[in-house]
Amino acid sequence: MTPEPATPPLPTAPVLQVRDLDVRFGDVHAVRGVGYEVRRGEVLGIVGESGSGKSVSSAAVMGLLPRGARVTGSVRLHGRELIGARDRELDALRGRTMSMVFQDPMSALTPVYRVGDQIAEAVRVHQRVTKEQALVRAVALLDLVGIPHPAQRALAFPHEFSGGMRQRVVIAMAIANDPDVIICDEPTTALDVTVQAQILEVLKTAQRETGAAIVMITHDLGVVAGFADRVMVMYAGRPVEVGGVDDVYYRPRMPYTVGLLGAVPRIDRDGRRPLTPIEGSPPAPAALPPGCSFAPRCALRAPACDEAEPPLFDVGPGHRAACLRWEETGPPSAAAPGVAGVPATRVRPEEPVLRVEGLVKHYPLLKGTLFRRRIGTVQAVAGVSFDLRRGETLGLVGESGCGKTTTLMEILELAAPQQGRIVVLGRDTAGLGAAGRKAVRRDMQVVFQDPLASLDPRMTVHDIIAEPLRTHGAGHPARRVRELLDLVGLAPAHAERHPQDFSGGQRQRIGIARALALEPRLLVLDEPVSALDVSVRAGVINLLAELKSRLGLSYLFVAHDLAVVRHIADRVAVMYLGRIAEIGAVDAVYDAPAHPYTRALLSAIPLPDPARERTRARILLEGDLPSPAHPPSGCRFRTRCPKFRSELTDDERARCVGDEPVVRPLAGPAGGRGANHGGDDHGGDDHGGDDHGGHDHGVACHHARRLDVL
Amino acid sequence: MTLSEEQFAEDLTGGPERRPPSRSRVVARRFLAAPRGRAGLTLLGLLFLLAFAGPLVSPWSYTDRDFTAFLQPPSAAHWLGTLQTGADVFAVTLRGMQKSLVVGLLAALVSTALAALVGAFAGYFLGWTDRTLTWLTDLLLVLPAFLVLAVMSPLFGSGAWVLFVVMLALFLWMVTSKIVRGMTVSLKRREFVQAARFMGVPPVTIIFRHVLPNLSSLLIVDATLNVSAAILTETSLSYFGFGIQPPDVSFGTLIAGGARTAVYAPWTFWFVAGLLVVTVLAVNLVGDALRDAFDPSATRTR
Repeated sequence: MTPEPATPPLPTAPVLQVRDLDVRFGDVHAVRGVGYEVRRGEVLGIVGESGSGKSVSSAAVMGLLPRGARVTGSVRLHGRELIGARDRELDALRGRTMSMVFQDPMSALTPVYRVGDQIAEAVRVHQRVTKEQALVRAVALLDLVGIPHPAQRALAFPHEFSGGMRQRVVIAMAIANDPDVIICDEPTTALDVTVQAQILEVLKTAQRETGAAIVMITHDLGVVAGFADRVMVMYAGRPVEVGGVDDVYYRPRMPYTVGLLGAVPRIDRDGRRPLTPIEGSPPAPAALPPGCSFAPRCALRAPACDEAEPPLFDVGPGHRAACLRWEETGPPSAAAPGVAGVPATRVRPEEPVLRVEGLVKHYPLLKGTLFRRRIGTVQAVAGVSFDLRRGETLGLVGESGCGKTTTLMEILELAAPQQGRIVVLGRDTAGLGAAGRKAVRRDMQVVFQDPLASLDPRMTVHDIIAEPLRTHGAGHPARRVRELLDLVGLAPAHAERHPQDFSGGQRQRIGIARALALEPRLLVLDEPVSALDVSVRAGVINLLAELKSRLGLSYLFVAHDLAVVRHIADRVAVMYLGRIAEIGAVDAVYDAPAHPYTRALLSAIPLPDPARERTRARILLEGDLPSPAHPPSGCRFRTRCPKFRSELTDDERARCVGDEPVVRPLAGPAGGRGANHGGDDHGGDDHGGDDHGGHDHGVACHHARRLDVL
Repeated sequence: MTLSEEQFAEDLTGGPERRPPSRSRVVARRFLAAPRGRAGLTLLGLLFLLAFAGPLVSPWSYTDRDFTAFLQPPSAAHWLGTLQTGADVFAVTLRGMQKSLVVGLLAALVSTALAALVGAFAGYFLGWTDRTLTWLTDLLLVLPAFLVLAVMSPLFGSGAWVLFVVMLALFLWMVTSKIVRGMTVSLKRREFVQAARFMGVPPVTIIFRHVLPNLSSLLIVDATLNVSAAILTETSLSYFGFGIQPPDVSFGTLIAGGARTAVYAPWTFWFVAGLLVVTVLAVNLVGDALRDAFDPSATRTR
């Protein structure tokens, strides 16, 4: 790397030093007094919810804010002031001494240039090398970030890469000039968990190779726990707690941090106790409360909190928190089992609400404009079977492209499937007429992922909630609407407002109220909390759990977040490439996953627990999801299966290649913890037979063996 | 809307909100709360009042000819002066306004409604519905509207102004309908439409309850523009002698006649031109306010 003209930085001197950084957009004070420093080889995690100013502050450090922003304070890179520096000076530093990895890898790459050329360009902007040398360097960088066949792939265009591969390319560009600071703005948020684990691994490699300091901005407490050395928690544009990762996670001194940690569903804990949500929602940056900005939501609020914003107090060595009452604040106590904690019934209820048998959904791949011909088939769902019984929650999990949403839509359409059978509330969808379909719709309601998109922006909340009532013939829904608003924790006065006047969590509550209006028996939830912030998410999860136990609902819960599913579901079905890989009682699957994919998936999820994160062994999957248009023969997972690659003998492999495994119940409890959940019920069919032998755990793998990964 | 008994009981016990705040009520309230909406509506009301009540106070009717005063400037006898034929400008202008207001507003409403319905049905149902409706739209799009109107103009003679409105509307809706169709196709994929579908709401209800209200900005702007377009088309048709036939008058015939004498007898031209501008302005004000009232994200008075 090229040394600074002045004195090279001492190992202890901070590479990047930010002090009193303030950003205003007009009247909106987006960032207020952010200060941090990072040293060589150090990782600083900046954690905050949306609107906390974490991304704006990093854009301010890079000098990437639009002209309308007023930035004051000091940002020093190797002692050199960047605020107020001219663009030409910044250009010399950006990409060379300091580089950035963005959230969306597609928009970070130019679609019309080959990725090799783009990386070579990044090299040539700052280094005097020939084009050939730069290309050689680009290939070496692609190799470093783990792209297979780097010399060939360097000639590919960005759209030919998957999301994870693109993010690797972006990281390769970021480290092309051996930077001293890499700022990563939510680098894994748009990616699936197994890919996220890969990317975090790549970032670690990149850091090892360059020795750079990393500023990691994220909303995911788990990602930071295993990756960062120090953590800064931001709220409403201000840092509210800064400290070593262990201090912040195990000895938090700011009620907001405590709240965040208590609000995260944990994959390693069984979910029978309610999460502790933080009341309310973050303040609007244009209308901040006069005192501590967290005070309106704080359980420890005292009159003094409203008078002035508390400064950052030193609460321990290298640990500071902005709370007047930090001495009384401690780690989240193990909450007593509350209302939502229904003791899980281990015996499955009898009455089936939904049964799916061998469901298949193929989309034709068409080509040509005038004469459209079929050139292939996308096997979105290829034979999925499960059942859902009364009062149960079945979590359908999997990464993007696994077919979980397609399965859901097939069920919701209530039309005859291409192959297989869907039986909703005892009625086969193939034989449903218009009247029958409407009758089933009354008892089956849906909650969508994006609460804003699923509520008609032109309707008042009253009309939205009243719509199902009017559709199914209730004359005067005013009273019922009020009841429903009350049920989901909204005020009756909210009825005359429009959806966009609400925060994300409130909107989702409106969506839930609408779904509950007709007192359905089956509620289909499509990623209901994934668009919500952590502190708000806990409230909605608790609400769903409480409603289920109060109203005796059955949930079909589709999610990619396994922690949320563990918290809320009784049973879980893990999908991979259009098929179910593993299905069974939540505890059985999570505690002793038998399918190699489930194992990899569980081990890829970062825990908000620094000590365990550091010691955990990860099973990293290689490569990306194969295209559902050309699934591998035999077992669909074999191309990425770590077991197939390293453990099996050739005979065993031949079986994986030639013979597609079906879901079979695991033979008896294999001993060990979490294995004994045998409720004694029969009645499963042989195809989706998940409860044969009284043990609710089925796996589609020829060589299944239970193993604890958490 | 009648109150049910339980609602009524709740009203008596003093519930915080007496009536369910449905969309129509919210829109009406917000429309009336906007100064522009009130101004536009008042203006439009005054114009109608003028057009229909004005002739009652005028000593002259539009067919009268004052053979003692040809092309006279405004005076006590003829408030806005007279034309070359001796007709009273005030009387004929109001008569013309009656026609133009009714024709313009109706034609605009009919054409926008037609565009919305055809576009939304084609876009929502797709398949053969779409093909048929698109074919029809394209057919009307290629027919030269002016020529057809001109050919049919003898029919519009006396009393057949309803036919004239329909014909005008029939040639104004196609482009909007194509836009509506495109927007419906993308709206249909939105989750709230899906949600309604999965709730069991019938398709036609979805179109009227979810699709069309979400296109209301477009439709209202379109209707507003159509009012002026219809008045002006009528004006230009009449200008060429096709539309409203003598002895009946419209803004078009008046402007056509007035334009010839405008230089030396400005009263024959400027009053009718001014009223035309005021009419279009009033319609635009109402349209703007209505659009904002429908759009909950617009800045509002709380």
